[in-house]
Amino acid sequence: MGYYLEFKNITKIFPGVKALDKISFGVNSGSIHGLVGENGAGKSTLLHTLSGALTPNQGEILIENQTMKFSNTKDALNAGIAVIYQELNLVPEMTVAENLMIGNYPNKKGFLDKKKLKEKAVEQIKMLMEDFNPKTKVKDLSIAQKQMIEIGKALMQDAKIIAFDEPTSSLSDREIKHLFEIIEKLKEDGRTIIYVSHRMEEIFKICDSCTVFRDGKHIETFRNMKEVTHDLIVKKMVGRELNDIYGYEERNKGAEIFDIENIRGKGVKKSINLTVHEGEIVGIFGLVGAGRTELFKLIYGLEKVEAGRIEVKGEEVSLKSPKESIRNRVCLLPEDRKDEGIIGIRSVSENINISSRRHHLIYNFFLNKQAEKETADKFINDLDIKTPSREQLAVNLSGGNQQKVILSRWLSEDIDVFLMDEPTRGIDVGTKYEIYKIMYNLAAEGKGILFVSSDLPEVMGVSDRVVVMRSGEIIGSLNREEFTEEKILSMALPVS
Amino acid sequence: MTETIKNRIKNIYNNYTIILIFIIMFILLSIFVPYFFTWRNMVGLALSVVTIGLIANTMMFALASGDFDLSVSSTVAFSGITTAVVINSTGSVSIGIITGLLAGVLVGVINGFSIAKLGLNALITTLATQMIFRGMAFILSNGRAVGISTAGFFKLGNSMILGIPTPIIIMVISFIIFGILLNNTVFGKNTLAIGGNTKAAELAGINVDLTKIIIFSAQGFMAGFAGVILASRMTSGQPNAAQGLELDVISACVLGGVSLNGGIATISGVVVGVLIMGMISNALNLLNVATFYQYVVRGSVLLIAIYLDILKQRSK
Repeated sequence: MGYYLEFKNITKIFPGVKALDKISFGVNSGSIHGLVGENGAGKSTLLHTLSGALTPNQGEILIENQTMKFSNTKDALNAGIAVIYQELNLVPEMTVAENLMIGNYPNKKGFLDKKKLKEKAVEQIKMLMEDFNPKTKVKDLSIAQKQMIEIGKALMQDAKIIAFDEPTSSLSDREIKHLFEIIEKLKEDGRTIIYVSHRMEEIFKICDSCTVFRDGKHIETFRNMKEVTHDLIVKKMVGRELNDIYGYEERNKGAEIFDIENIRGKGVKKSINLTVHEGEIVGIFGLVGAGRTELFKLIYGLEKVEAGRIEVKGEEVSLKSPKESIRNRVCLLPEDRKDEGIIGIRSVSENINISSRRHHLIYNFFLNKQAEKETADKFINDLDIKTPSREQLAVNLSGGNQQKVILSRWLSEDIDVFLMDEPTRGIDVGTKYEIYKIMYNLAAEGKGILFVSSDLPEVMGVSDRVVVMRSGEIIGSLNREEFTEEKILSMALPVS
Repeated sequence: MTETIKNRIKNIYNNYTIILIFIIMFILLSIFVPYFFTWRNMVGLALSVVTIGLIANTMMFALASGDFDLSVSSTVAFSGITTAVVINSTGSVSIGIITGLLAGVLVGVINGFSIAKLGLNALITTLATQMIFRGMAFILSNGRAVGISTAGFFKLGNSMILGIPTPIIIMVISFIIFGILLNNTVFGKNTLAIGGNTKAAELAGINVDLTKIIIFSAQGFMAGFAGVILASRMTSGQPNAAQGLELDVISACVLGGVSLNGGIATISGVVVGVLIMGMISNALNLLNVATFYQYVVRGSVLLIAIYLDILKQRSK
């Protein structure tokens, strides 16, 4: 028998946390094997040991029953392993062809063989069922296309094992379909595919088998996805029953808390009108490019508002910068946690206190370090943020916990209106549920929440009202009683 | 049990490496270099790093916020010349000093405004102002040293307080003030946040533009202040003073653990960095090593410092 790829007792310890605890399972070639688990469960860490970026403290990785020793990522590449991460490793200013063959340029005694470079690139692009010009600079491609380049890179190095880490978070449905077609092709080629995703529908759609992780431990490996149910996997992932993932409960709506009238500006073509009430959660749904993030940027003061007015609790406000927005009790949870949310090299405590520290200065000037420690501890406790200490660098936390840190930043401030841009993107089931609960609690306290999401079931599950955007304008809105997938999608899709 | 002690030692190693290196160096030099460990030499050493030390305070802030400032050397010369010229023409020491300080602030404000509001690259902008204001120094002085006629001005750089030269006292006070600013004020934390992730800092409500303008203006002021003190010690304004100073100041900061990527800086590190730079030059002088070789040594020390820093980052 024997598996093509096997993990045996892989253990990885970081200061204060056992990220992987004796992980053992095998994967057959010519199959797609899913890895599922909550954030911090160990999936990404395992991929890092596979790619050679991390060395396990104990255990072995075997390929065709031979123990592999990776001192660095080049060793893993040479062994035929390619890992495609959420953060793509492409050089934006270089062309498609140059990126495809980076490190392996066809050359004649050191001089670049441009003809061969172009030929091989065109061949690879065709295999990926794409049609872009090999001379296009990678920075001009969409995320989906960039992902294809990463796959192309792996194929050009004839990777036998290809692992995907949350590949679909930024893709449209059509792009996901294309990605799956390519992955199926890779499987037919006999390659070994590992697929990490929080989206259960995808795991069921594309994987032949899967392994469930929890808290760094191997919980169970299911050899045949057809024999497994969604609820069973979720139960294994969280170790408890999850009745309704969204946990929606009705609550009362109050007076208008946030009113946008005839707002126009960059990325927003027609006037935008939007009202949020106290206790209301309004979801903004739309496809990529609909203008949702642009709207948030306008509201929050990052782009100039060319016309219109904004009112918070009935009073007109001028939100000319993020600082003014916060002073007017409006905050933003940005779409990109890593680049716009946390300050990675500073501590959890500093990330939480960054704005609210102004409220408890000593003599109105000096930092109140004791108060800051207490604030940080309070939110680490209340929101169950998994970190060894408040001084841990924020970059070392998992995505879900980083999001909780950003939430804490605003919960420690005085905020009435929360703008949340894809608040649960790239976060697992268990932590998503915790974030929904925080949203419901805030709403119950009388706050107003405006959240952007590309996850239609989530938008329908969590919102009191959905507003649909398309091409920079609001097409329509639906109350919860009126929600159907068809109605919402028909508003969101471009009219052909 | 051994695990916690091991972690404690590792923690001390990570955060206080440079201080340990300083202590070791100090002890070794005291033992092996004759005359090093004498009061007179210690005072001379401290005096030799005053210009670097004063400006290292604000360079620490600039680097922590993610920006380079190469203009400080020219600002020192420009403010020194300005002070000399004004004292000579007005006969007033105070007006001269104030003008000198304002000259420094002028450079800083131009830097800050260009970088923050116009969005120009800091390295290139300060390279440009470095050239512009070195030129201004030569223009104002007609290319020659400007001797200062009013002897009252010399007190600033040549007097002593409690047996210690005044410039050293001023430098120590500046370390204390900027240390407090860095560790105990919102301004300090904002600076580190901007250097750590500018976009995130802006979205979290920090006024990035204003903070940067303040940092560069403060740097202009400190460079101006250092220029005034230097002019006082040399009893003249020198148009070619402090050439290459910016590299010494940045080296001292890097030696002190300030990250060139921004977001990481400590005042204790910077103080130690400044002292280590001074100790090396001082020891080489005591050993009668030719100046040319001193360049090689100082450059090598900087290289080693950056390498150690990379090793430290990797182990994290």
